[in-house]
Amino acid sequence: MKYQYYPGCSLEGTALEYNLSTQAVMASLGAELVEIEDWTCCGASAAGATSFLLSLALPARNLAIAEKTDDVSDILVPCSACYLNLKKVEEETRSNSDVLAQLNLILQEDQLQLRGRMQVRHFLDVMARDFGPEAIRSNLKRALTDFRIAPYYGCQCLRPYAVFDDPESPRSMEPLIEATGAQVHPWKMGGKCCGASHMNTKMEVGMELVAGILRAAKGADAIVTVCPMCQMNLEAYQQKISHRQNENLTLTILYLSQFIGLALGLTEQQLRLDLNLAVTNSFRRKLG
Amino acid sequence: MKMAANLEKSNAADAVSDELAPVQEMVRACIQCGTCTGSCPNEFAMDYTPRRLWRMVLMDQKAEIFQSKTFALCSACYYCTLRCPRGLPLTEAMNALKQIAARNNLVSHKDSVQFYKNFMRSVRRHGRVNEMEFMLLYFTALKNPLTPLRFAPLGMRLMLKGKVSMRPPLKRQRPLEKLFRKVEALEEKI
Repeated sequence: MKYQYYPGCSLEGTALEYNLSTQAVMASLGAELVEIEDWTCCGASAAGATSFLLSLALPARNLAIAEKTDDVSDILVPCSACYLNLKKVEEETRSNSDVLAQLNLILQEDQLQLRGRMQVRHFLDVMARDFGPEAIRSNLKRALTDFRIAPYYGCQCLRPYAVFDDPESPRSMEPLIEATGAQVHPWKMGGKCCGASHMNTKMEVGMELVAGILRAAKGADAIVTVCPMCQMNLEAYQQKISHRQNENLTLTILYLSQFIGLALGLTEQQLRLDLNLAVTNSFRRKLG
Repeated sequence: MKMAANLEKSNAADAVSDELAPVQEMVRACIQCGTCTGSCPNEFAMDYTPRRLWRMVLMDQKAEIFQSKTFALCSACYYCTLRCPRGLPLTEAMNALKQIAARNNLVSHKDSVQFYKNFMRSVRRHGRVNEMEFMLLYFTALKNPLTPLRFAPLGMRLMLKGKVSMRPPLKRQRPLEKLFRKVEALEEKI
């Protein structure tokens, strides 16, 4: 299988381990990734908070560049915020030809044209529907039977577009986790909000939301995530939140790609577990 | 007394008078059921609930809307959009209010407005966001010497792991300049 690849800005910086582990997992499952040439920022949450037109034009540019590669129509996107921004253009241009015309007026400045034939796919969508638990089982090098994992989906890969999972009660990660030999931690927080950029501008509010998620994960060995912003919010402020809540809320937070990678026999170095901000000693001991 | 205070408030909001019209269109069919409020993860921190905010939008209460923190506390989780029985684009409506605050540089929303604007400045310069440059631009714009201190411990941890750098991410200079200019030109026409 072949995908065009849109890593997005976070995956070049604070989420480098998500980038490298996604590429490593895809390679071990036999998938080929072709990075979109000279891709640019999707607008993150900032474009939508400043200009509606810009929030569509920025992702549209990347889709238009991707369309130049004729034989591959699926774009693999690991970051949920990038995914939603790109998906929004896919959905809006399909249903509204005025939007498509206006975006092409903008793209013309760079000699680009959008026809609207790309399929934007989240990493979890590709894992769950293109590969599935069978692919993990048949490539399993190391059963992670001692681990109990809380699947955390966050918001933007689930809502508003219900593409590959139930946006109210997501389950798509469960068969994948079970295929590694691990147990799924039963909880209801998988699709709840981590506060997104509140951690920067309204920290008190963000910490309250993250505290609720970390508390509900007690009993799990780790939470796995599929979004750089969720990952950062859950892993980076644990000491501060524990202090405020007067309760130990420290827990290992991994990207789903890292956890699956371990089961596929990839090393901690390949998956860059050294870059994570919250890997507890007890988790390391279990990993051996 | 109260009337004078209200007048002062509405003067401050004059700049945003016509800009509210598209948001009113988005929530015109609101039946005030409160599903949005019941679904909102940030409602506990808001001064007005989302349900009340939509009514205030329809009642054209600009001063109160833009002095309130409600729309700035939307974290775009899309629960309200998913569940609204009228199918209204409520997250987009929250975004539209954020856009009005950004266009008018409303002082009451300085932190969020500067955060988003400086993010976009870094993107405009390099095509991709440079996380370190963006945070420095943001701190400079806020002019509050205490803000950087809040971020310093995490910044240090990220630097030690080599996850943030000052290196511009793309070699090509300002690859998005034409796109930004065209968007600005089109928006002026509207």
